[in-house]
Amino acid sequence: MSVLVYTENWDGKFKKLSFELVSFAKGIAEMTGTSVTALSIGNVDAEELNKLGNYGASKIVEVKDDRLNHLINGAYSSIISQVAEKEGSSVVILSNNNTGKALAPRVSVKLKAGLVAGVNALPSSANPFIIKKKAFTGKAFANVKVKSDKKILTLNQNSFGVKESGGSASVEAFSPSLNDADFKTEVKDVHKVTGKVLLTDAEIVVSGGRGMKGPENWGPIEELAGLLGAATACSRPVSDEGWRPHEEHTGQTGKIIAPNLYIAAGISGAIQHVAGISSSKCIVAINKDNEAPIFEAADYGVIGDVMQVLPALIDAVKSFKSEN
Amino acid sequence: MKILICISNVPDTTTKIRFVNDNTAFDTNGVQWIINPWDELALTRALELKEGSSGAIEKVSVISVGPQSSEPTLRKALAIGADDAIRVNAEPKDAFAVAQQLAEAIKDEGYDLIISGIESSDYNGAAVGGMLAEFLGIASVSSVSGINFESGGFQVKREIDGGSEMVAAQTPFVAIIQKGVAIVPRIPSMRGIMQARTKPLKVVESSATDNLTEFVDYELPPAKAACKMVDPENMKELVNLLHTEAKVL
Ligand SMILES: Cc1cc2nc3c(=O)[nH]c(=O)nc-3n(C[C@H](O)[C@H](O)[C@H](O)COP(=O)(O)OP(=O)(O)OC[C@H]3O[C@@H](n4cnc5c(N)ncnc54)[C@H](O)[C@@H]3O)c2cc1C
Repeated sequence: MSVLVYTENWDGKFKKLSFELVSFAKGIAEMTGTSVTALSIGNVDAEELNKLGNYGASKIVEVKDDRLNHLINGAYSSIISQVAEKEGSSVVILSNNNTGKALAPRVSVKLKAGLVAGVNALPSSANPFIIKKKAFTGKAFANVKVKSDKKILTLNQNSFGVKESGGSASVEAFSPSLNDADFKTEVKDVHKVTGKVLLTDAEIVVSGGRGMKGPENWGPIEELAGLLGAATACSRPVSDEGWRPHEEHTGQTGKIIAPNLYIAAGISGAIQHVAGISSSKCIVAINKDNEAPIFEAADYGVIGDVMQVLPALIDAVKSFKSEN
Repeated sequence: MKILICISNVPDTTTKIRFVNDNTAFDTNGVQWIINPWDELALTRALELKEGSSGAIEKVSVISVGPQSSEPTLRKALAIGADDAIRVNAEPKDAFAVAQQLAEAIKDEGYDLIISGIESSDYNGAAVGGMLAEFLGIASVSSVSGINFESGGFQVKREIDGGSEMVAAQTPFVAIIQKGVAIVPRIPSMRGIMQARTKPLKVVESSATDNLTEFVDYELPPAKAACKMVDPENMKELVNLLHTEAKVL
């Protein structure tokens, strides 16, 4: 028996989200009286792997295979299922990020394990297994009961937090059995943008809406983001107009994010936009219309023109940075 | 070549979410039902591909698991331009059951490309497409933000952290799409609406399937504290609040 957690790596490194997943798995293992096994696929060195022990993994299963340099849904989900069978895992945990969304459904069918996607917290009860998840794009929560013996959960990024438990883990190599049927997709070409803070990983996000009036006015948004080590985002019409790239589109039909701080400049706060940001720990709204709905979602509000407020905020952040 | 789009029937995105029966059921009173926004983009892109394929793509079909009350959504998809529709006559219980019912209904229909939305905007399962691929034993590519049809095959663009990849997949396969495959969804024309009335909409019964999960009840998020207003002339104060009160700086 164990709780299996799939810890993805990025060029051989784990991220905060990996440690958050292991911390969450540890919480479930404690509730169910079992231990955590982490699965790593790809080339990760021993020192990096050992970090997982510190968050509660007692065993790490490592799979290395040159055919697995890119995500192949068939092969990866097959490996996760094989390891879950071998470890007798009753709960399998993945991130609710692109990779987790790609793999969890396939693993669910392979293991006949009920899937609850997008959970934020530990189950309210282990037997029967009941866990809360977001529904209606963040407008509500649902308590979901999993009826099957095996369960699969995907955890929303930045929802549970990391918890160090100071343990260490043993590492075991595993050779999965894969066949041609697992490799039906092939990556032809990769295009990477480097040097930008990823929107989904960012602790702080500075976002602009149609109130910014045009792409030529994005200077203050980028400057503020640069100062704060933040990612930049935008509302849907801004990306639809081509003012900003589509990866920045935030909201119900774009990216759903949960940073610690979300600064919305010139965004009206339409229900579809708020659906994507409402899990942020703190929301600041800058809008010249004191009746804009964004103020209902915000913790702090500034009524004023973005072209005046943003430069003033930039100055205030600069002096704060120099004092702290 | 034949393309199939899996359609989910969801409440309009502006719907105020309420629950009834002791918070055990979604209050459908007065709710407008729409094609799940991603499925609408998928349909839009499939029609563009068909039109640009010089006949190589013969047909774009749509399918949905749902009771009779969900038929207007399928008719709308026909009005937008789908050639035919299938409704699996069952209450959609969970993603696992829906994917199994879809697989059952289409396994012998020979679709080359099956497209599903990344998630449906109601239960946010992000699961039907991947499960369907697994039930059918075919490939899946997810986070798809572009689909092209070139020299008789499909190429898809997949979003990855900080970039994108071009992926070739052996047909048949399932593409699980997100924003980007199309930007503006197509809307039905008057002619489309007229034609939709006579386009084939096949109803198939579903063989019994088991759902693995069950929605016990629902909660609304806790009410938010009132927004604290800060003088636009005093951004030092805002920074100070973010530092000492919200503790996010
Ligand atoms: C199916 C569907 C899905 C959708 N999904 C999304 C989604 O995922 N994400 C999303 O963002 N939207 C989404 N939308 C669109 C959404 O309904 C809104 O249209 C959109 O969020 C509005 O963007 P905005 O706030 O940038 O623009 P606007 O609504 O035009 O608001 C601009 C705001 O800026 C303020 N402003 C103007 N000038 C200034 C100034 N100089 N200084 C300060 N403030 C100023 C105005 O007071 C206004 O409040 C969706 C819509 C539909 C129908």
